[in-house]
Amino acid sequence: MKAPPFAYAKPRSLNEVFALAEQHGEDAKLLAGGQTLLATLNMRLSSPALLIDITGVPGLAGIEVKGNTLRIGALTTHRAIEHSQEIARHLPLLAQAAPHIAHVAIRNAGTIGGSLAHGDPAAEWPACCVALDAAIVVAAKSGERRVKAREFYRGLFETALGAGEVITAVEFPIPGVGYRSTFLELARRHGDYAIVGVAALAKATGGTLSDVRLAFIGAGPTPILAQNAMAAIEGKQPGADAIAATQAALAKDLAPTGDLNGSPATKLHLARVLCGRALTALAS
Amino acid sequence: MDTTIETTITVNGTPVTRRVPARQHLIDFLRDTVGLTGSHIGCEHGVCGACTVRVDGAILRGCLMLAVQANGRKVDTIEGLSDSGELAALQKAFHEHNALQCGFCTPGMLIAAQDLVRTKPTASRDEIREYLSGNYCRCTGYHAIVDAVQEVLENAMGAKR
Repeated sequence: MKAPPFAYAKPRSLNEVFALAEQHGEDAKLLAGGQTLLATLNMRLSSPALLIDITGVPGLAGIEVKGNTLRIGALTTHRAIEHSQEIARHLPLLAQAAPHIAHVAIRNAGTIGGSLAHGDPAAEWPACCVALDAAIVVAAKSGERRVKAREFYRGLFETALGAGEVITAVEFPIPGVGYRSTFLELARRHGDYAIVGVAALAKATGGTLSDVRLAFIGAGPTPILAQNAMAAIEGKQPGADAIAATQAALAKDLAPTGDLNGSPATKLHLARVLCGRALTALAS
Repeated sequence: MDTTIETTITVNGTPVTRRVPARQHLIDFLRDTVGLTGSHIGCEHGVCGACTVRVDGAILRGCLMLAVQANGRKVDTIEGLSDSGELAALQKAFHEHNALQCGFCTPGMLIAAQDLVRTKPTASRDEIREYLSGNYCRCTGYHAIVDAVQEVLENAMGAKR
């Protein structure tokens, strides 16, 4: 279908964005890459009176390393992250996750800020941010604040983003030496939304894993940091027994809902399969 | 607030200036306003790939971009890319391998395949399938399409050796 009618504005500064957002409140939606928003408009799931195109605001795109922090501007596309040498070097988890996001034509336009703000529980970037303990930089008329990704996702499509607030960047602490990562997901076809997926990171020392992070997607209303499973494998080598114990612990972390892709039991099983593969990959 | 916006898009090398409704998709601008109907409209929510065009050199979904978002940018459609000869090898291979039946997906499929030819000429058969996974074909079962793209990649690599 076609999108319903709306007005369009392309402000040239964040202050103009804040003014428009304040003036129009709930009737306005921010437009970045548009790869989710335009699809929902076309399906008439949303009918804002105004789209505020933030791509004319300077300084919101780009990848920058400062000390131990890697900062990605909100308007940076999935494709730019996929092909960034800085990302490949410092945060390979993001380079591993990027190819799972839809298709090239979508990755060329969609942005990390848009994905984080939308907060789809099957999306890749929110889980990566949770695994890497990133901070989401949020700006508003009153100033800037940082919200840990682990506190940003409150419920299904529900985030800590308040009225009039705009995500401007996301900041990742760069893991030190010896860390390994992997991103795995199961989908019916390549590029489809994940049925279940996992962003995994750990320090691997002679086959032993420490500081393990396992963030699952498609396994609940938000990306889920699997604390019990992480504790089960912490400081251990991922042999058959340790993997089985970690997989068993996942039942305490995940409560997937059933849908067309499978029952809760099926999804928990798939999450366990991915968990086992991820731990093996981290240690090898 | 403005519900129509003056927009200039360089379509296949020619600047086109029109006052466009904010809600108009790039694909509808190309088809209805400019009259270039080679790019097709399938699902209108970014899944099928029939509306694939190039914007500033990168492939994009024409149904997931507003015409006004393309203001000041360069758009290449199947018409321009055919006329320039850039797609000639792929078109010939599609023809020879029967890589189309109804042809509805073909313009998007060719533009996506050419993107692979340009960016990853060493792609394996699996990588071809993965790259084209965002373009649906309901006739061929994909096998002949993958054959055609693979042949073009192999010929291009052979020519370089």
